[in-house]
Amino acid sequence: MDLSAINPLLFVAGFLVAATPLIFAAIGELVVEKSGVLNLGVEGMMITGAICGFATAVETGSPLLGFAAAAVGGAALSLLFAFLTQVTLANQVASGLSLTLFGLGLSALIGQSYVGIKPPRLGDIDFGPLADIPVIGPILFTHDIILYLGIALVAGVWAVLKFTRAGLILRAVGESHDAAHALGYKVKRIRTAAILFGGACAGLGGAYISLIRVPQWTEGMTAGIGWIALALVVFASWKPWRALLGAYLFGGITQLQLNLQGAGVAIPVEYLAMSPYIITIIVLVVLSADKSAAPASLGRTFHASN
Amino acid sequence: MTDYLLDLSGVTKAYPGVVANDDVSLRIAPGEVHALLGENGAGKSTLVKMIYGLVKPDAGQMQMHGQSYAPTDPHAARQAGVGMVFQHFSLFDALSVAENIALGMENPPKMRELSQQIRDVSDTYGLPLSPDRIVGDLSAGERQRVEIIRCLLQEPKLLIMDEPTSVLTPQEVEILFKTLRKLSAEGTAILYISHKLEEIRSLCDSATILRLGKVVGHCTPRETSARDMAEMMVGSALKTPTRESKEPGKVVLTLDKLSARSDSAFGMPLREISVEVRCGEVLGIGGVAGNGQDELLNALSGETLVSPGMLTFDGRDIGLFGPTSRRALGVLTAPEERLGHAAVPDMSLTENAMLTGAAREGLERGGMLDWAKARSFAEKIIEAFDVRTPGPGNAARSLSGGNLQKFVIGREVLQRPELLVVNQPTWGVDASAAAAIRQALLDLASGGTAVIVISQDLDELMEISDNFAALNEGRLSPPRPAQGLTVEEIGLMMGGAHGMEVADV
Repeated sequence: MDLSAINPLLFVAGFLVAATPLIFAAIGELVVEKSGVLNLGVEGMMITGAICGFATAVETGSPLLGFAAAAVGGAALSLLFAFLTQVTLANQVASGLSLTLFGLGLSALIGQSYVGIKPPRLGDIDFGPLADIPVIGPILFTHDIILYLGIALVAGVWAVLKFTRAGLILRAVGESHDAAHALGYKVKRIRTAAILFGGACAGLGGAYISLIRVPQWTEGMTAGIGWIALALVVFASWKPWRALLGAYLFGGITQLQLNLQGAGVAIPVEYLAMSPYIITIIVLVVLSADKSAAPASLGRTFHASN
Repeated sequence: MTDYLLDLSGVTKAYPGVVANDDVSLRIAPGEVHALLGENGAGKSTLVKMIYGLVKPDAGQMQMHGQSYAPTDPHAARQAGVGMVFQHFSLFDALSVAENIALGMENPPKMRELSQQIRDVSDTYGLPLSPDRIVGDLSAGERQRVEIIRCLLQEPKLLIMDEPTSVLTPQEVEILFKTLRKLSAEGTAILYISHKLEEIRSLCDSATILRLGKVVGHCTPRETSARDMAEMMVGSALKTPTRESKEPGKVVLTLDKLSARSDSAFGMPLREISVEVRCGEVLGIGGVAGNGQDELLNALSGETLVSPGMLTFDGRDIGLFGPTSRRALGVLTAPEERLGHAAVPDMSLTENAMLTGAAREGLERGGMLDWAKARSFAEKIIEAFDVRTPGPGNAARSLSGGNLQKFVIGREVLQRPELLVVNQPTWGVDASAAAAIRQALLDLASGGTAVIVISQDLDELMEISDNFAALNEGRLSPPRPAQGLTVEEIGLMMGGAHGMEVADV
């Protein structure tokens, strides 16, 4: 075993990358749940975004177009969920689970001819001299634009929820859809918009895996990140910054266990591979002592006559 | 007719199978306090929802200040100067007072300015309220203030109030009425819905009475007796519950410093409740909602277990008995929430009868259910309590509130309880059904059962209780004989006005 083989700078830069798909998926789901909807289809929307983004990037040669397509693909799949839960008033848990299964199958079908291809690479942003600052430069200023977009998204969602009227209305709908309806707010319209936002975010997260983190296409490559995102939202008590923290924790431990595997630590690989999931959940369970933070209408079907 | 603020003529609204409003006409002048009376299902709520833009009328005209008025949604209604205070508060528990108020405004100012406006309005009308508090922590009276201030900030020309006093102490009602009279003097018209006829007599200038969706009469409440108004609503003479007087028997239930935590985040813990209940006694427990009523019922039913020594029934310590063991002993309960707590909404009446009747009625043998017997038990309840339903196979959800209430009370009464605890037995039930339920409780007590009635309806408690006690912040006042208690004394037992001030402007 040779721990000196782990380069701390590369390690930190690597875990920022590893955390990014999770950040996108979690912040999208956080907005959805704040509106009172529980969408368990995150995994399905991520994998759909991953293949839509991958295919588009390969066909057009533009990774940014790929990301745009991923957002559209994730949102399109979430539209199906919105139709099921908001129009036909189907059960949200069952609809979400079927969305995940459907997304996994659909992505495998689309992806048949893309196995083994390398996608075009998205270049890092040129920060000029900033990248040459020792330690901080290689960690913070050697990434692609999507990674920074993810962090900006967390800040944006936090600010919108906390300071704007739109955010207040979204929280109100999630808190009591009956009261919101009585005051004249369009509950279904607001929830559908939130679901679409969540779908687009999940799609971006998926594409970040297939275009940047891995970068290639294999079936089921999101490997449960969508489920971790769901757990992250709950354990982060629906707070954007805490979700970001949880994502970095998960990304950090994932990166660490990969490095440890590389360094040949004498722990069975299976234990190392499961460690990020276990540690993230334990830490977030400890953090989530304030249980009253859940939106009160979460998962409940709204019908105007009730 | 431009003297009228609001002029409704021939308004009709039908839902599948029921005409909620049939050719209803109504006129309100500026500054008038107008009462809307009627039993459950008479169409009062549908009518005000049309005025507030939540429901569209099928036919008929609405005019405001002589102009056609047809709000498509509550936003339009608010812009036209209509404000509404809801029966079930339309508030968001997890949000602050200021956020709740901003949600009900068309063009809310910045939060800091809004907080200042809230303080100004609450000072002007004697309704103290801190903008930063979380609504879930407020008392019922304070919550209502949030709704009223939300309306007042819009400077409404018409204020609709749907049963505003059902959750207030007498002192809080007095403060509310002072505020309403002040508003009316300033020219704001008020459309006031309530079941409490004495309040209407003291507050309202005129009244419209609805029955089965139709206007059946108008009256001037100050010149009409409450009984006459009630009979106009029901359409027939009212029976007042009666009972034979009887000496109370031996003590059957003893609560000794009963304390319990609440299961819900915004609940109220019980604090050292001590009281004795005798055979044949009706103990009335009053108090504003949220002061421990649900928790007390749960502690008595066995849904919440309490420490040994706190709860003794017939010489036995039952604090650690669950609901089924307590039922077997004869301790029966009927909780407040009809749909979801007292009855399973999507199950049939037979199944619901089985759920609480299994042990005492012998509907279950060795784990096997005797459906034939359960069905005849359900039929017995339906017949004895005049429950209007096609049959015991119908789902509990399909019954109207009053009918289901008769069913869930009847189900317990017919099981020959030794002790019956009911919470809000006539909540949302019209006058004739309420009288029938109260009579059943009194008959039960005459037969030697101890009855505890938890209710927010003080008139009801005064009518049927032998002794009266009040719950306030989880504590129970010492019981006093109900005969001769004055409204002021009751109000003080209930905790007075919860720190509210009277508008003195």
